[in-house]
Amino acid sequence: MADIFKSATELGIIYAIMALGVFISFRTLNMPDLTVDSSFTLGAAFSATLCVSGYPVIGLIVAFIAGCAAGCITALLTTKLKIQPILSGILMMLALYSINLKVMAGKSNIPLSKILGIPTVFSPFYDTKLDRYIALILSTAVLALIIMLLYYFLKTKFGLVLRATGDNDKMVRAAGVDTDFTTIVGLALSNGLVALSGALLAQYQGFADISMGIGMVVIGLASVIIGEVIFGTRSLLRRLIAVVLGAVMYRFIIAGALELGMPATDLKLVSAVIVALALSMGTIRDKVISLAGRQAAMSRYKGGGR
Amino acid sequence: MLKITNAVKIFNKGSVNEKIALDNVNLEMAEGEFVTVIGSNGAGKSTLLNCIAGVHELDSGNILLDDKDITRMPEYKRSAYIGRVFQDPLMGTAFDMTIEENLAIAYARGKPRGLTPGITKADSALFREKLACLGLGLEDRMKEKVGRLSGGQRQALTLLMATIVRPKLLLLDEHTAALDPSIARRVLELTDEMVKENNLCTLMITHNMKAALEYGTRTIMMNEGRIIMDISGKERESITVEWLVEQFGKKGGVELANDRMLLI
Repeated sequence: MADIFKSATELGIIYAIMALGVFISFRTLNMPDLTVDSSFTLGAAFSATLCVSGYPVIGLIVAFIAGCAAGCITALLTTKLKIQPILSGILMMLALYSINLKVMAGKSNIPLSKILGIPTVFSPFYDTKLDRYIALILSTAVLALIIMLLYYFLKTKFGLVLRATGDNDKMVRAAGVDTDFTTIVGLALSNGLVALSGALLAQYQGFADISMGIGMVVIGLASVIIGEVIFGTRSLLRRLIAVVLGAVMYRFIIAGALELGMPATDLKLVSAVIVALALSMGTIRDKVISLAGRQAAMSRYKGGGR
Repeated sequence: MLKITNAVKIFNKGSVNEKIALDNVNLEMAEGEFVTVIGSNGAGKSTLLNCIAGVHELDSGNILLDDKDITRMPEYKRSAYIGRVFQDPLMGTAFDMTIEENLAIAYARGKPRGLTPGITKADSALFREKLACLGLGLEDRMKEKVGRLSGGQRQALTLLMATIVRPKLLLLDEHTAALDPSIARRVLELTDEMVKENNLCTLMITHNMKAALEYGTRTIMMNEGRIIMDISGKERESITVEWLVEQFGKKGGVELANDRMLLI
């Protein structure tokens, strides 16, 4: 039981990096970006390939840069070629599938398991005192660093206009800022984080797989929304931490469902249902409130009884 | 200051819905001039402002601002010189960000936006002082999100944002039309104060004939994409709202009965 708790936390923290990426596109740019599904795999592909060559740390860095490049292209399709954001994401998702296979040298799976002796960022700590906790320590350190940098960045002069772009792009242009540029930087950063998350996950779980990114954008959205609903949106720091807690909570929900005997193949269905429920929560709540109000008024009218 | 020559803008060119929005408009404004613009719906007032701001590009003609040709300059680059307040109070601010953050975005207009802190202590103090001048108590709510402000408060804030870095030109597109009359009055007074204080070259569209004569130094009337009346100085001082309405009927050939014009 404790192990399930531990691995759910570890996964949650790694996925939180991806969820922060989705937060940037979905919340600060107000643009659901489907590139995420493939840029996650792109990161994992570079990471695994470079691990096999013996460079696990460089693998993480290259993954981040490759993710940024993917995000840039999606943004260019949207801003310069005026393709709808959703469609730009779908096009990139499709194009990256082929690219990912090329990065993985035509194989759909690259194993990195301990037995093969392939180095990862975690492998130097195997069979030391830290063995049990290294995944948690390293991924938490990476996540903490990212949150600090992101928090600082979003409070800079450029960060402010990036955040305002999703709120009101007209106002941002009226303040003399090229919203095409803010969108490009935002999507690049977003997909860079997503790819980094995929890169770290590949090294953590011991393989990269061509289909590991399917549904990632939905998981990201679920994390963002769960975080917002439970932990609020008052200040920027609170929002960032809410995303992380949302990602961890999501993992706990999934781990709990698996523990209760849900077949693993139903995971995606459950994810989709969670997001649909979370997105419609506001509407459902309003409906319930107005229905309750009407019934109360009705019962008053009839003098209490029905 | 501003010089518009033979400006032409045609929407949906070549289709059955073709509409000549600007028909050879010529307009010259001097430094510090405050022009009010009146005209019925579809007269081309908003199109004129949007073409100056760069939202739409002219089909022909050109626009000089301070002797610089801005005709083909993208909207965001022109914004370094032009302050704008829109009709819709939601348009001028980012609702999910704080009052302070909104002002910081406006305060960086025309300056490079790098990775330096968005709001310094000195900025904060300046914003507080400027907000206090509005007399709406916003200086004590700087960390609150703009989404919680009323329409009038937002327009006052947007006005401050448009002028906090002195623009060469201020464009106001019926910025009080969506407000309650008493708040609209207050925002108009604030506008007047700011324009006078900074000696701003201003172009204000209004549906309120009385406001068109009461504020500013010059009034132009537009109809079907042309400027059909242009009065200033002594001539303008002697004019009454009734006369203006009469002119409107004669020159524009439009009945006012079914129009949105306000005669208060």
